Amino acid sequence: MSCVEEMKYNLYLERTGFKEAREYIKDNSDEVFYVSPGYKIFGDYYLIGVPPIAMGARGKELIFTYVKPCHGTFVMGIEAEEEIRRLREEDLKRPKAKSDKISQTAVASAASYRELWKK
Amino acid sequence: MKSGDRALLMMGCPEVPVQMAAAIYLSLRLEKAGADVTVAGTDAALKLLKMTDPEGHYIKDTIELDQCIADIVEKKTDYNCCFAFMHNDAGVTYAATMSAISGAKMYAVIFGRNAEAVAELVDFPAEKIVAKAVHNPIPLKNKIDRVMG
Repeated sequence: MSCVEEMKYNLYLERTGFKEAREYIKDNSDEVFYVSPGYKIFGDYYLIGVPPIAMGARGKELIFTYVKPCHGTFVMGIEAEEEIRRLREEDLKRPKAKSDKISQTAVASAASYRELWKK
Repeated sequence: MKSGDRALLMMGCPEVPVQMAAAIYLSLRLEKAGADVTVAGTDAALKLLKMTDPEGHYIKDTIELDQCIADIVEKKTDYNCCFAFMHNDAGVTYAATMSAISGAKMYAVIFGRNAEAVAELVDFPAEKIVAKAVHNPIPLKNKIDRVMG
C-alpha cells in the first residue's frame, strides 16, 4: 500500500475509468499538468496511467489519479504545495509549442510519449 | 523468445478464474522455451498463486505489482517481454503504464465477459491475445498456444 492511502485526502471520483478520471481533472482544476507514467509523487507513489496523465492544481490541492487493479481509477486530492511547485518548475522546462495551450499540448504529447519512453 | 530472456507475467485483479490457470500455463510454456519468468501481481493474486503452486514447480519468482513498476521506473530491472493480463479498465491502465516505462515487447492477454470491449481500449503497441473466457480457460489457452507456436 502506498503512503497516499495513509494521507489526508479528498475523494472526487471512485471506481471509474481512467479516461473519465483524466477528463474530470482537466475540467475541475485551476492548472493542469501532464506527466508520464511512473512519475513519482509523495516520495513513493509512481503514477499508473495511460499517457498523457493529467494532474491538476486547485488552490493548495494536488488532484491526481490513483489506480487499483480490482477497483478501477480514483481521483484524489491532497494538499501538496511542494508537489505543485515541482510540477510548475518541470512544466517550465518542457519544450513549448508555438500556441501552447495545455489541452493542445496534451493531444500532441499523446503520440510522442511512448516513443520518448522507448528510447 | 530466446533462451535466457526475462519474461514478466503481470497479473491484474484475480476475480476472473481463468487468469490463474493461464498464468501458470504460460509460465510453464515460457520456462520450457528457456525464459526466466517473474510473475507480478497484487497481494491477493500472489497469495492465490503461491497456494496454487506451494512448492514453486511452475512459478519461480514473484514480485508485488507496484514494486515491479517502481523497480522498472528506477531502472533497477527490466524485461524482454511482458504478458499483461487484463479484463477491466484498470488492467488496461496498468498495461499501458508498463508499455510506457519498459522496453519489453508487450502482449496483452485479454479475457473475461467483456474481452472484446476491453481489447478496444488497448491502444498502445502490444500483440493482443483475446478470448471471451471466464471459467473455462481453454479458449484462452488456445489463443496463447497460437502466439507461443
